[in-house]
Amino acid sequence: MAVKDYLRERFFPHLWCSGCGHGMVLNGLVQAIEKLGMSKNEIVMVSGIGCSSRITGYVDFHTLHTIHGRALAFATGVKMSRPELTLIVPMGDGDALAIGGNHFIHAARRNIDMTAIVMNNRIYGMTGGQFSPLSGENISATTAPYLTIDPSFDVVELSKAAGATFVARTTTYHIKQMADIMRQAILHEGFSVVEILSQCPTYFGRKNKVGSAVDMVKWYKNNTTPIGSKTKKENPALIERGIFVQEERPEYCRQYEKVVQAVMKG
Amino acid sequence: MSENVKFVQGNEACVEAALYAGLDFYAGYPITPSSEITERLSYRLPQIGGKFIQMEDEIGSLCAIVGASLTGCKVMTATSGPGFSLMQEALGYAIMAEIPCVIVDVQRGGPSTGLPTHGSQGDVNQVRWGTHGDHAIIALTASNHQDLFAVTVEAFNMAETYRTPVVLLFDEVMAHMRERLVIPEPGEIPLVGRLRTSVKEGVDYHPYLPREDGRLPMSDFGGVHRYNVTGLFHDMWGFPSSEPHIVHGLLRHLVDKIENRVNQLARFKEYYLEDAEHLLISYGSATRSARHAVEKRRLRGERLGLLELQTLWPFPTDIVRDRCARMKSVIVVELNMGQILQAVKLAVDHPENVFLANRIDGVFITPADILNILRLIQGKGV
Repeated sequence: MAVKDYLRERFFPHLWCSGCGHGMVLNGLVQAIEKLGMSKNEIVMVSGIGCSSRITGYVDFHTLHTIHGRALAFATGVKMSRPELTLIVPMGDGDALAIGGNHFIHAARRNIDMTAIVMNNRIYGMTGGQFSPLSGENISATTAPYLTIDPSFDVVELSKAAGATFVARTTTYHIKQMADIMRQAILHEGFSVVEILSQCPTYFGRKNKVGSAVDMVKWYKNNTTPIGSKTKKENPALIERGIFVQEERPEYCRQYEKVVQAVMKG
Repeated sequence: MSENVKFVQGNEACVEAALYAGLDFYAGYPITPSSEITERLSYRLPQIGGKFIQMEDEIGSLCAIVGASLTGCKVMTATSGPGFSLMQEALGYAIMAEIPCVIVDVQRGGPSTGLPTHGSQGDVNQVRWGTHGDHAIIALTASNHQDLFAVTVEAFNMAETYRTPVVLLFDEVMAHMRERLVIPEPGEIPLVGRLRTSVKEGVDYHPYLPREDGRLPMSDFGGVHRYNVTGLFHDMWGFPSSEPHIVHGLLRHLVDKIENRVNQLARFKEYYLEDAEHLLISYGSATRSARHAVEKRRLRGERLGLLELQTLWPFPTDIVRDRCARMKSVIVVELNMGQILQAVKLAVDHPENVFLANRIDGVFITPADILNILRLIQGKGV
């Protein structure tokens, strides 16, 4: 199937700003699904609220655009009721880990089979550039005129601690790696987290004077490195990318099915 | 004794009714005094191959059942005041996206943590207006376990018929009181199933284009029609829109589909109305004491009647106005500071003749409490 067959052309043009990384995430995602050769009818995409969440409107799957922070809870209901469906849950950084933090850790703890994509642009874009729990310290935002004092979550460490069985990170610069990681995340049976560093030139970029969209994407190239690389040892400030966790643990819906079978057998 | 006769708590009656109605997915979070519903369904649903999940909070519970409803399941969650407060945003979502679901609110004393183990009817107006924005809602209640069973089944039927959340507004007294329940035979109460689209694969399906009768046939997630569901104002494909005519049309549709059917949705019971001069209006557990008070006074020849409301929202204005028209006085009996009293006053021609008999101290209202208030209203002193 051609990549464009996965898109709802009727609903374009999209609402993202020029230079936004979210369209690049959509690109990587569609490439991954195309490679998997999946039927559009078996995919349910659930999102919350924010720039990132609008991605559901543009893809030709069963799409559920919900309320802020709760996408994983809605997705849990879909998955539990129809475990044969493939669930993909794209979220923004605020959506996933501020208002949605509780659902995030509990979905990871259950190891319910779905792919959570954290499109991390370190800012609330849709509401006009407020800082998020992934902004980190010394960031300028419309709610941090004197720069942020809030430390950031590390999505990878948080996901690992909460029990996710597939944890990866990449960036919008590394589009091939992104598509490959997403493909593996979707195939993985269990709760998968893919953090994608995605640029917001309009708010994060402008407020923090980090240049154009191109400059921001280049920053990802120059400031990240494959997990465990030699350059990481030389320069510990580099952000690692790749697959951090990929392990087997009983999946929630399968465990529930075992309970049902045991109870029904009497 | 037949297996169909049970001696159960109201919470168990609600569970049995939900299963009778075809419940196959439940998500919940423990909270007094509704926990027995969640506990019982964790036991019962796996027995029939249904799905049960204990979520991380009440917000997640309502979100999860909305997700499951979209795959074609009959779904429910249960909670009490604090949990119901948390659910308000997702409740609005279910209204906007037109998702059939049933939410049980077993009321306890509020506000806040309030009186967790005591009865109250303080959530009546929260059910009506708890979620933001203009909207309509259906809320049902009952005063005995047989009726509680029937309205629970009705709640599922109405949720499917009107593609809307329906709230079952019970209270601690009903939930924990034990009494006789006869489980109806299968088929005895008609069930409404999911109305699914007949549009074939490959033909453009419009999930949000109402038929002539106002109903919107659904297509299960995972089926052959892929569409968008959103809490934003949306067009007939479910795609976000801020076109004024689309916004106006959708809001009118959401409100009209319920408010234009007030009499159709009204469930109520009348006792001794034929010759009544004074009317008691009550609902839920408080009705039990109101009925007792009426019957006691009837023995003395006093012409008292009782109107028991089972549908609280949409409020049955015409029915209440009609029944109150020839009454010298109307006394609303409820366990709050007059929430249905206000709706009755708005409905009747002579609001100055409408009085309140209530208790708000966590103690269940007795027939003696009601009779004392009646004496005051009638100028007889205490």
